[in-house]
Amino acid sequence: MKYVEEFRDRALAEKLSAAIRAEADPVRSYNFMEFCGGHTHAIFRYGVQDLVPANVQFVHGPGCPVCILPIRRLDDAIELAERHGVILCSYGDMLRVPGSKRRSLLSAKAQGADVRMVYSTLDALDIARQNPDRQVVFLGIGFETTTPPTALAIRQAADEGLTNFSVFCNHVLTPAAIRHILDAPDIDPDEAVHLDGFLGPSHVSTVIGSKPYEFLSETYRKPVVIAGFEPLDVLQSVLMLIRQVNEGRVEVENQYARVVTREGNTKAQDLVDEIFELRPAFEWRGLGMVARSALAIRPAYAAFDAEARFDLSDKTSREVKSCECPAILRGVKKPKDCKLFGTVCTPDNPMGSCMVSSEGSCAAYWTYRRAETLAEMAKDKAMAEQAA
Amino acid sequence: MTAMQPIRAKRFPADARVTMSHGGGGRATSELIASVFAPHFANPLLEQGHDAARLDRPAGRIVVSTDGHVISPLFFPGGDIGSLAVHGTLNDVAMGGARPIALTAAFVIEEGFPLANLERIAASMGEAARRAGVPIATGDTKVVERGKGDGVFITTTGIGVVPDGVEIGPDRLAAGQAILLSGTLGDHGVAIMSQRQGLEFETTITSDSAALHRMVADMVAAVPGIALLRDPTRGGLSSTLNELVEGTRLGVLIEEAVIPVKGEVASACELLGLDPLHIANEGKLVCICEEADAETLLAIMRSHGEGTDAARIGTVTAEEPGFVRMTTAIGGTRIVDWLSGEQLPRIC
Repeated sequence: MKYVEEFRDRALAEKLSAAIRAEADPVRSYNFMEFCGGHTHAIFRYGVQDLVPANVQFVHGPGCPVCILPIRRLDDAIELAERHGVILCSYGDMLRVPGSKRRSLLSAKAQGADVRMVYSTLDALDIARQNPDRQVVFLGIGFETTTPPTALAIRQAADEGLTNFSVFCNHVLTPAAIRHILDAPDIDPDEAVHLDGFLGPSHVSTVIGSKPYEFLSETYRKPVVIAGFEPLDVLQSVLMLIRQVNEGRVEVENQYARVVTREGNTKAQDLVDEIFELRPAFEWRGLGMVARSALAIRPAYAAFDAEARFDLSDKTSREVKSCECPAILRGVKKPKDCKLFGTVCTPDNPMGSCMVSSEGSCAAYWTYRRAETLAEMAKDKAMAEQAA
Repeated sequence: MTAMQPIRAKRFPADARVTMSHGGGGRATSELIASVFAPHFANPLLEQGHDAARLDRPAGRIVVSTDGHVISPLFFPGGDIGSLAVHGTLNDVAMGGARPIALTAAFVIEEGFPLANLERIAASMGEAARRAGVPIATGDTKVVERGKGDGVFITTTGIGVVPDGVEIGPDRLAAGQAILLSGTLGDHGVAIMSQRQGLEFETTITSDSAALHRMVADMVAAVPGIALLRDPTRGGLSSTLNELVEGTRLGVLIEEAVIPVKGEVASACELLGLDPLHIANEGKLVCICEEADAETLLAIMRSHGEGTDAARIGTVTAEEPGFVRMTTAIGGTRIVDWLSGEQLPRIC
């Protein structure tokens, strides 16, 4: 733990906080998007907002793997478990996310579907080996961090000649989503969130390196600082972003240099490239169709592709009306702007995906900043009534 | 166990298993009781051999508490379902400020359960009760068909006596009172998780399962005015504190940096994405008292083996009623929420 505690040191945090307050220009604002849910969680878990001035704002991005899985794909997963009778293996967070008609994998399980929580793709492989007479499907979700383990499982299954293991692949790519967010105001002027810079992903960058973000500084003129997930990492990265903004610099800087290199983990990249290929487009909850933003299993490995193996029915999947998850995932709205927040939608009874995962914005606001959020909502309501 | 018949203990073969007839109420049941339970539980109350144990009426008010134990796995680092069933109920009685005087135990055993394991559990229960100085006064044994249970479930009930002048209860909470914690958080939950199928990891962490009534007796004797005692079991410290302030005019402010957590527990929590504040404990208590009594009580806790790491972790406040707020390690603040959903089933 020593290694972690060093990045949670209070005296150092106070020093960084003082430097941020000293250097942030009080007459302007700094809106920084943290793409990753891991950052969102760290910011709330440690109360990082309390250590930066009010004109430094965090805009929460769509980097929560559970949150962005479109409802249609979740309905497909439920169908695999129910209609096709497979053993559906999934990471734990995904189980509680509501699909159409608010049915989740967990409620399907309660009604008899064989849904199992696993901690690793290798657990899913074990289940396949132990149940040779059953089809076992791993629900693959997540960004570049979780893709290599899925690739490894597919290659291992191929090496062993397993005939009852496949992956329902929903792996997505970070840089494409960031590009989409920055293009959004051109598509829809109401979506104009002014962003002064990005806290770049930490674990994702260990795999893909810092190079894939260079288009952000080159094409979009946005400062980027790749940041670790510990609270001191976040504070130091905020200071680095403020300095870039103040000095008019636009660069990809790497605060997380203890792990991230420019090239990333090429061995993992090669493995992913062997198993997966780019999809022309993929739907993200909140963002809609995003070009070249997700991976599919290559035809050479079609035997391990659940989409090729099982016939999935056409369905009209519907989000809960008035759930603001989509706008929240784009950074356009905050959880307090959602009518459902804290009234009908809570972590115990989630209506949208952002309230489920600990990396989701709504869950973070509810769990760690509820008192302030409810007070703000009451104030907004009073002002709206006065205006009326 | 209620009807102790003059049936002598029998030596079962090492690989013997529980059968439906062990729960049938006939000779086999009596043999099981005489062979497996009686040697370990032996005490004058049990030996009365009545359907109901008869206790002398003590001075003071009586408290009673009951607890079902369904933990999986049955044997874990630092204890087993037997010792846990004794400690868990003794602690519930002690949290009323009471001195426990007797326990009862009811067993639901699954057909096919190895008798050697049952005996191991009975021995551990007997040992825990003897160490605690509290007899298991009466009990019951039932057997369910294979597949209708999971090894063994144990329900224990505890009876205790509260000394005059001790009035422990949530209605005694007031702003300005000190919040004390008797030791490190999360040991039990992490020890159990380390043994769970699909999650096994190597750790030297053992469950903190322990009886706290002797420490409580000393605390109550020195400071009869203690406002509240609670053991932060399922749901951890966060649930205990939230239960206290939810719907009241009071809030709580705690300080993350002073909450004791073992390094290894903290590491396991990091890895599994858990918060030590949400993890179950089986040998810890939260004490809320007047500010002036805090140091006295901390000194008493620290003089007991179960309270060596006791710490003052926070204060009851009148600000932000209904919320538990925490100053984080880096000096920010956040709400400490209830555990949402279920972190890990069958932890106790």
